[in-house]
Amino acid sequence: MTVVWSQVVGQAEAVEVLTKAANAAAMIVRGEQAAAGGMTHAWLFTGPPGSGRSVAARAFAAALQCDSGTGCGECSGCRTTMAGTHADVRLVVPEGLSISVAEMRALVQTAARRPTNGRWQVVIIEDADRLTEGAANALLKAVEEPPERTVFLLCAPSDHPDDVSVTIRSRCRGVSLRIPPAKAIAEVLVERDSVDPDTAQWAASVCGGHVGRARRLATDEAARERRAAVLRIPLGLRRPGDVFTLADELVKAAETEASEQSESRDEVEREALKTALGAGGTGKGTASATRGSAGALKELERRQKSRATRTQRDTLDLALVDLAGFYRDVLVTNSGSDAALNHPDHANDARTAAASWSPESTLRRLEAVLACREALELNVKPRIAVEAMVTTLYYG
Amino acid sequence: MNAPAVTPEPLQLVLGEEELLVDRAVRAALEAARLADPTADLTRVRVADLTTPLLTELVSPSLFAEARVVVLEAAHEASQEIADAIISYGRNPADGVVLVVLHSGGGRSKVAKALPAALKKAGAKVTECPKLTKASEREEFVRHEIRVAGGRTDAAAVAALIETVGSDLRELASAAAQLVADTDGKVDENAVRRYHNGRAEVNGFAVAEKAVVGDLPGALEALRWAMQLGVPHVLVADALADAVRTVARVAPLGRIDPFKSAGELGMPPWKIRKAMGQTRGWHPAGLADAMQIVAQLNADVKGAAADPGYALELAIIKIARAHRRA
Repeated sequence: MTVVWSQVVGQAEAVEVLTKAANAAAMIVRGEQAAAGGMTHAWLFTGPPGSGRSVAARAFAAALQCDSGTGCGECSGCRTTMAGTHADVRLVVPEGLSISVAEMRALVQTAARRPTNGRWQVVIIEDADRLTEGAANALLKAVEEPPERTVFLLCAPSDHPDDVSVTIRSRCRGVSLRIPPAKAIAEVLVERDSVDPDTAQWAASVCGGHVGRARRLATDEAARERRAAVLRIPLGLRRPGDVFTLADELVKAAETEASEQSESRDEVEREALKTALGAGGTGKGTASATRGSAGALKELERRQKSRATRTQRDTLDLALVDLAGFYRDVLVTNSGSDAALNHPDHANDARTAAASWSPESTLRRLEAVLACREALELNVKPRIAVEAMVTTLYYG
Repeated sequence: MNAPAVTPEPLQLVLGEEELLVDRAVRAALEAARLADPTADLTRVRVADLTTPLLTELVSPSLFAEARVVVLEAAHEASQEIADAIISYGRNPADGVVLVVLHSGGGRSKVAKALPAALKKAGAKVTECPKLTKASEREEFVRHEIRVAGGRTDAAAVAALIETVGSDLRELASAAAQLVADTDGKVDENAVRRYHNGRAEVNGFAVAEKAVVGDLPGALEALRWAMQLGVPHVLVADALADAVRTVARVAPLGRIDPFKSAGELGMPPWKIRKAMGQTRGWHPAGLADAMQIVAQLNADVKGAAADPGYALELAIIKIARAHRRA
C-alpha cells in the first residue's frame, strides 16, 4: 500500500476499488485506452462518522493528481492535495449549518474549467448531507454530465434519501466505508501520532470507531475530562434537582466550547477582512475606500454566528452519542450478550445500572437521548431539549 | 397688550424619555412664552446637529426683541464643546429667549451625563418625565388625565381602560379625554366597555402564567388574544417552556427563601416567589410530562408541526392535563 492510502484506516476493500480507479485514471491521462468502468466521474463516499470518508476522498484525489498515478505521497501532486493546497482540487468544507445554493453555483462554474496541470479537476464536498435541497439541485446537472476531466467526490454518512437526495445518489458510484476495527485505530494512533500503546488501546476501545475522536481522546486532556463528565450523568441523577444541575453542565460545556472557538477566531477574521477592505489606512481617499464594506462585514458575522451554532450543536451531539452508547451498554449487559461495549472502561457502571433498571426503562432512556438529538436537529433550544431528556433519564 | 402675570422661565430642563410628557412640557413652555408675547416662535434643533456658533445665533436677542423658544432635543448626545456652551449660556440667559433642553437622563459621555446637574445648578426649571413602568403609575396617569379633562372615575374603569387600550400613554390620554367628552364626565366601567373592548396587550408570559396554574379556559382565551394580536408562536412557546421549567426547578425544593436561593438557581427572587405560588397541584410525574410537552412544542412551532397555532393549543391542553395528574 502506498503512502496516501495508509491514512485510510482499516478499509482494505474500499482502498482496493479506489486504487484500481486511480490506475485507470492514470491510463486515461497518458492517453491509453482504460478498461470500461475503471474510472467514474462522480463518487459518493458513505460510512459512519469517523470512518474516514473525507480522508478517503482526499487520498483518492491525491492518487488522481499523483505523477505516478498511485498516490506515492512524495510528488508535489500528492503533497499539495493532502495539504489542501492543490490548484485543481476544490474542497468544500462547510463550517456553518448548511451549504447554500449560491456556493454550489459558484462551484459548478469552477468545476467546468480544464485542470491546470492536465490531469484532473477534483471537487470534494465533505458533508454532502449538509447540501440544501436547492444546492443539491444546482449540483445535479454538473454531476450528471461532468466535463471530461472533472471528478466529483461527495462524502455523506449514508446514501439514505435523508442524507443525499436520490437524484444525486443515482448519478454517483458508491464507496462504502465500514467502522474501522479498534486494533487498526490503535495501530494508526501509535504510528502516526506517536501515542503510547496503552493510551492508544484505551482510546481505540472507547471511541466508537471514530478515528478522529480516538486521536482527540488520546491526546487532549480536556476531551477526556468532558467524556468522563458526560458518563457520570446516568448514575449521577439521584434527586429531582440533579436534573437541572446536570443538564446545565451539558449545555454550558457546549456553549463554552463554541464561545472559546469564536473568541479565538472571530476577531482575527474581522480584522483581516477590514484590512482587506481598506480600513486602517491614512491619508487622502481612505474614507471612500471603506465605503460599502459594512455589508461584507455583516455577511462575515452571519457566517461566524452559523459556525458558532454548529460548534455548539456538534459538541452537544458528541456528548449525546457517548450517552446513548452507555445506555446501549446497559442493554447489552442486561441481555448477557458478550458483544463489545462502547465504553469498556465504564463496564462496572453499566452493570450497576443493569441491575437496578428494567430493560424497558433503559430503552426509554436510550430513546430519550436519540429524541434529543433529533430535537436539536430541528432547532429546538438546546437547554429545553436537554432538560426534557435528562428528566426522562431520571424518571426512566 | 396684556401684561403677563409671570415671565416665562428662561432656562428649562426636561428630564426623561416619556414622549408624551416631554411634548407636553415643550408645549407648556411655548404657551407660557406666548402669554408674554403672542408672536413667540419655536425652533427645534437636535443637539447632535448643533454647532457652537449656531447655538450662539439661536439664543442671541434679536434686533426687534421678538420672543423665542429654542428647544434643544436629545441633549444626552452633547459633545464637550456644546455642553460647555449650553451651561455658560444658562448661567447668563438672554432676555426674551426661552431655552428648553430635552435630556433623556442618561448619556454616553461623562459630559453628557453631567449636563443635567450643571443646568440645575445654573437655576434651570426642571420638569421630570420618567418612563412609566409600573402598573400603578399608569393607573395614576389615567386617573389624572380624566380628572384634568373634567371627569370622575373609579378603579374598575381605570383597570378596564388600560386592559383594552394598552400601555401607550398617548393612546391612553386621548382615550381618556374622548371618554370624558362622550359620557358627560362620569367615566365608569360600563362606559369604558361601551366604547372599548378586546385586549390590547397579551404576551406569551400571560398565557404561560395561566397555563401552569391549570387555568385551562383562561390560558386558551389568552392564547387566542395573543394570536389575534400577532404575538409570534415561538415567543409563546418559549414563555411556556420557561414557566414549566421554573416550576420544575422550584417545586422539589419545598419552602425556600427566594433571596437566598436566587444565586444558586440563577433566577431573580421575584421569579422564585412567583413559581413557589404556582407549584401547588403539580406532582413530579406531571412536571416530567410537562417538560416533554414543552420540548415537543418548541420543535412544533419551529416547523415540525403543520399548524403551529394548533400545536400551541394542544400543548396548553396537555399541560393542564399534566397539572391534574397525580
